[in-house]
Amino acid sequence: MAIRTEPVTVNLGPQHPSTHGVFRLRVTFDGEVVLDVEPVFGYLHRGTEKLAEERTYVQVVTLTDRLDYVSAMTNNLAYVRAVEKLAGIEVPERAKYLRVISSELQRIASHLIATGFLLQELGAFATPLMYCFRERERILELFEMLCGARITVSYMRPGGVLQDAPEDFWPALDELVKAMPQYIEELEGLITSNEIVLARTKDVGVLTAEKAINASVTGPMLRATGVQWDLRKADPHEVYDRVEFDVPIGAIGDTYDRYLVRVQEMRQSLRIIEQCVKQIPKGDIRSRTAYFIRPPVGDAYGAVESPKGELGFYLVSDGGIAPYRCKIRSPSFINLTVLRDLLAGWKMADLIIIFGSTDIVLGEVDR
Amino acid sequence: MAKALAGTDVARRINETFSGVALESNKTDVWVAPDDLHRAAKFLHDDKELDCAMLLAITAVDYVERFELVYHLRSMRKNHTVVIKTRLSGREEPAISSVTDIWQGADLQEREVWDLMGIRFEGHPNMKRVLLWEGFPGHPLRRDFVR
Amino acid sequence: MEGQAVKAGFDFLGIYGFFDGLMPESLDWLAFLVAGFILAFAIINALVVSTAVYTWFERRALGKFQSRLGPNRWGPFGLLQPIADVVKFMSKEDTVPDGADRQVFTLAPIVFVATGFLVFALIPLGSNDWLSRLNIGLVFIIAVTSVNTLAIFMAGWSSRNKYAMFGAMRGVAMLISYEVPMALAIAAVALASQSLSTYTVVTNQEVPFMLVMPLAFFIFVAAASAEMSRTPFDLIESESELGSGYHTEYSGMKFALFQLAEFMAPIIVSCIVATLFLSGWRGWGPIPGQVWFILKALVVLCALLWFRATWPRLRVDQIMEFAWKGLFPLSLLNLFAVATEIQLLRDPVTGALTDSDMWAMAAINWAITGIVFLAVSRMFARKQLQRPLPKPSPLANMGAEAE
Repeated sequence: MAIRTEPVTVNLGPQHPSTHGVFRLRVTFDGEVVLDVEPVFGYLHRGTEKLAEERTYVQVVTLTDRLDYVSAMTNNLAYVRAVEKLAGIEVPERAKYLRVISSELQRIASHLIATGFLLQELGAFATPLMYCFRERERILELFEMLCGARITVSYMRPGGVLQDAPEDFWPALDELVKAMPQYIEELEGLITSNEIVLARTKDVGVLTAEKAINASVTGPMLRATGVQWDLRKADPHEVYDRVEFDVPIGAIGDTYDRYLVRVQEMRQSLRIIEQCVKQIPKGDIRSRTAYFIRPPVGDAYGAVESPKGELGFYLVSDGGIAPYRCKIRSPSFINLTVLRDLLAGWKMADLIIIFGSTDIVLGEVDR
Repeated sequence: MAKALAGTDVARRINETFSGVALESNKTDVWVAPDDLHRAAKFLHDDKELDCAMLLAITAVDYVERFELVYHLRSMRKNHTVVIKTRLSGREEPAISSVTDIWQGADLQEREVWDLMGIRFEGHPNMKRVLLWEGFPGHPLRRDFVR
Repeated sequence: MEGQAVKAGFDFLGIYGFFDGLMPESLDWLAFLVAGFILAFAIINALVVSTAVYTWFERRALGKFQSRLGPNRWGPFGLLQPIADVVKFMSKEDTVPDGADRQVFTLAPIVFVATGFLVFALIPLGSNDWLSRLNIGLVFIIAVTSVNTLAIFMAGWSSRNKYAMFGAMRGVAMLISYEVPMALAIAAVALASQSLSTYTVVTNQEVPFMLVMPLAFFIFVAAASAEMSRTPFDLIESESELGSGYHTEYSGMKFALFQLAEFMAPIIVSCIVATLFLSGWRGWGPIPGQVWFILKALVVLCALLWFRATWPRLRVDQIMEFAWKGLFPLSLLNLFAVATEIQLLRDPVTGALTDSDMWAMAAINWAITGIVFLAVSRMFARKQLQRPLPKPSPLANMGAEAE
């Protein structure tokens, strides 16, 4: 009698240790091999776009914190940039520098989480993860100094930032910038040339440049494929045109490249912060804007390079105090487009780390 | 600095190849008819000069008397952006042709538009709700949606 | 009968002798039974208590590794944490999923734990030890440890859960594969000590076998950490993939039994390693053998903990490859080398091996090990580091708008 086999359908999630939140992958397995993947999400859908239509332009800032909750600063920045574009608001120089410093700190924090969880998903029993969290903690403490909050910062406002950095912020920042390179070295020493990490991530989940661009993939995932594209250089906002930094790229676009790109980006972020600290001028941190901003009728698309990719806000104004339409172009959501092509044919263990290396945050996917 | 191509220039280029497709244009945007959208998108993607290799975002805006679909496109070789828009009338399941065959990146975004705004994309391989569950009554981002 | 039992090494701390003297001649069997029960009680409780202490130790040590605290609330330094855990496990509802095979589901944790106890009985803790004189001790260990494959499969299959099934299937494939190199490594030990009894293995181990055959030591530790499915071989549970593998559906005391067995495994493995490769209870000076033994076992235990804290997990096919293409040929090579050396070096008349023979073997084996490791790592490293340099793709040009 011939042995009959059949594919097994497994629901990975919504409660699963490696789905970065409430995310479900309906996976069809042939033994260990993935045949088909269907991402199912929306468990965290809070209707942010709808909610934004009923809040004033300033109030929406708090909603953006809750999108990509591990990088609230860049969310704020993307939103206020769209508002400033729409309403034609000028931003004082000092505020621009503060914005760049805080969003680069946020980028480091976000990449630390991505790296830590990738290693956790590789099976390293929480050690690299805890190391990453230890350093992230220091960044969050800096945020606490800046605005009193650690995760949901709401630091930026249309026309500037909430408040100036306190006196003791600058020495603390200095200390962090000095300590961080050693720490990144240490992390790389643990991971980068580890045989097991190499065996697991090298050549796994390769994404080609053509496919990435065609599928609107942005951020470290795109750069890992070798496409040197970073909005901070391509469309410099704030003061990114006044600082020097490189845009690291990967060689072939596999999981290992995505990890390497993130680690190198952390170094570049430190470079940016260092230069900003040197350049930052004294002065106002917020331009005079009306409490109820009433932009002229029209629309504007403002985008920044968030740690996950291009985070854009498309705002439509009807002249009122609330946006008529607030569309969020969330990189996590759109990067998921290629998930099925990335995962098919790999084994279950690869599925977890490829998915982990895309570094999505469910708050941003579901909005 | 990335350049936002002037809508008038883009419209002229489109009309050079397909005359009459670009209906109107202003400093930033180009309007096309819903039936011509796929043709125009294909042209923008393939044209050497415009070279819109990446579809940034598809947005649907509900102006009550009409829907407006906004396509943000980007050329990564030339570092410019193009915005094309199209107006859809009718509130009972308006439909437009899908651009998933041109940009794979439209896949989830079109599903999202269908989910939240109720605009059906014809030719999409998997036109299902994405954020809400199947059977959810109505499309919540519409202006006239009430719980 | 008394004489025989004592001579066979059964009279542990005089318990049997005590009961035998207490009872009339005709009740010998009863004395035997009572003594047996007392022994079983002692073994099981020694192991359970040491496991409880070990869970605390492991969690604290992992906390230190990971720059966090670990359990520190309950008792001094959190030492009473295991008790709190047990109370929690006992007060949890013991659920059996719908459609599960109830009998098998209940039996699996018991089988899993029992194998651990059985193996531990054979470990000679000191020179006056009792059960370890079993003359087929090594074969017994190999046989009994493979039973836990069955237990894992029972648990995975009977709980009717896809994750559990994944874990169980992976477990069966992996554990059976790693039995082979492990048994071959033990065979080399048996050859060198010219005995199958764990007791004689230690008494004949003038030079620790770790020095005599480093390759066998490496193979055994690698295979054993696969057998107890800890990182980098923890794909049976692989928390980040399967939730918790074969015991996904277990709760309450049944889950506690699995936990017990899992935390027991490193203790047992380090005891076996100490016995087979670190010359067991033997030591220097007036310190009693038991202390030496515990010290050696602790060192191995800490090394295993270190592995767990640092390494990521391998993929299932890589693990099988490592077993069949890596450890299996190495263990054959090791067995061949050891057998040849013994054939050449031993006394042609008595067949005995002297200390100097052992040292000669050690020298040859270290050379072999060094060459093998160098060759393998060369080959591996060259393959791993081949990567093209990053080259910017022509599909994007960030500075294009300048023109």
